[in-house]
Amino acid sequence: MSWTRKDLVSIEELSREEIVHLLETAAAFKQVGTRDIKKVPALRGKTLVNFFAEPSTRTRISFELAAFRLSADVVNMAASTSSLTKGESLKDTARNLEALLADIIVLRHSCAGAARFLAERLGASVINAGDGAHEHPTQALLDVFTITEKRGSVEGLHVAIIGDILFSRVARSNIHALLKLGAKVTLVGPSTLVPRHFEKMGVCVSHRIEEVLEAADVVNLLRIQHERQQKAYFPSIGEYNALFGLTRERARRLKPDALIMHPGPINRGVEIDSGIADSGRSVILDQVTNGLAVRMAALYLCGRVGSVTG
Amino acid sequence: MSTPPADASLFLDSGAIDRILRRIAHEIVERHGDLGKIALIGIPSRGVEVARRIAAHIGQAEGKPVETGVIDVSMHRDDLSLRNRIRPVVPSHLPQGIDRLTLILVDDVLYSGRTCRAAMDAITSFGRPARIEYAALIDRGYRELPIQADYIGKSIPTPPGGRVYVRFRAVDGIDDGVWVRNS
Repeated sequence: MSWTRKDLVSIEELSREEIVHLLETAAAFKQVGTRDIKKVPALRGKTLVNFFAEPSTRTRISFELAAFRLSADVVNMAASTSSLTKGESLKDTARNLEALLADIIVLRHSCAGAARFLAERLGASVINAGDGAHEHPTQALLDVFTITEKRGSVEGLHVAIIGDILFSRVARSNIHALLKLGAKVTLVGPSTLVPRHFEKMGVCVSHRIEEVLEAADVVNLLRIQHERQQKAYFPSIGEYNALFGLTRERARRLKPDALIMHPGPINRGVEIDSGIADSGRSVILDQVTNGLAVRMAALYLCGRVGSVTG
Repeated sequence: MSTPPADASLFLDSGAIDRILRRIAHEIVERHGDLGKIALIGIPSRGVEVARRIAAHIGQAEGKPVETGVIDVSMHRDDLSLRNRIRPVVPSHLPQGIDRLTLILVDDVLYSGRTCRAAMDAITSFGRPARIEYAALIDRGYRELPIQADYIGKSIPTPPGGRVYVRFRAVDGIDDGVWVRNS
């Protein structure tokens, strides 16, 4: 298997082999973090632009650190400080970045399809760091990497994704990755946030968290994205927690070896009980560490192809 | 990519390879009295197999095992964008406390010397070994860097247009052998 993509735009378009290759590469890069000198020269001389037109701290820092560890030079650009606020179009901003000889552009944008739009128009590598409610490929890759690391394989596992599915790019990318790797996926949440039409993707839909607690090998709790919700999708935070939160009570009904995941930032006491989030079964901080390895692998694989063709 | 092309000629068969690796094992033992202070570090992919075989010969001859490890060089190469064929990156694994050890880097073919340079770079990010030595099954000459091996199996000068194919049953699924194509 050899990697031939200059961009990482979506999980949907990746083959199972490509996902596995990326995860294996990530395992090698994770090992770099255990060395005395946590830095390799793989992308020396390359310039990476972190172009975040939507707020993010952890994803931006994760990409930034990943780039540092690969010896790339990094420029950070946030929407609030860029000319996007002066009316410049996305394409013009990006063409300017390319004119400055950026080799890799990491893009977060509120519009679905923004990363694809740039990838098709620029010679530079484009890595999607989240486009609207569409996809967030590196988040899904770090999730399946973490599951593989803890359980040996994703194949045959039952993964419950709980919460705000409708607005979640994390859920969409996860569904594609998990199904391609042979997992069974159940989406859980209020019918307003988990509509039945998701069943067309090949997953089960449930509106009662109790139905999955005893069967799930992994529960992935998603954050309620207040910022994307223009109207009320559930009556109150308290009611959401009462019906769909992973409370202590519910956590006791999980399999003893079930993994508890969350892409962060967590709303303690809303989608997850504070104590459960800090318990030994929670792999939330492993996800953060693995995110670094997965992003190093993505930058390495795509950045290399970008430089061969460009 | 496993079977060498038909126009390459067989240079060493499995018996010859085995005798060579046994000789290198004895040379290493001869130079290093204390086997507790050395480790054989294979360079992926086939250098790992060469290191494993030399270690097995040392273990057989001396009655005690010698430490081994793996060093990935792909993220340390300086010619990434020049090569169309890139090996997958694999996790490195070095013994504990390399600062007190002599690490013997092991590869199947020594050619430009760039792999060896990358391997030394990679190792220094783990620590500062007491000494680094280098062993190669085949030295095909035509160096691009001032690097030479401490242990060499066979010298087969092969100009840049040519190629040396090393194959192992354990890695490639065909009988051990070394083939050479000169142009």
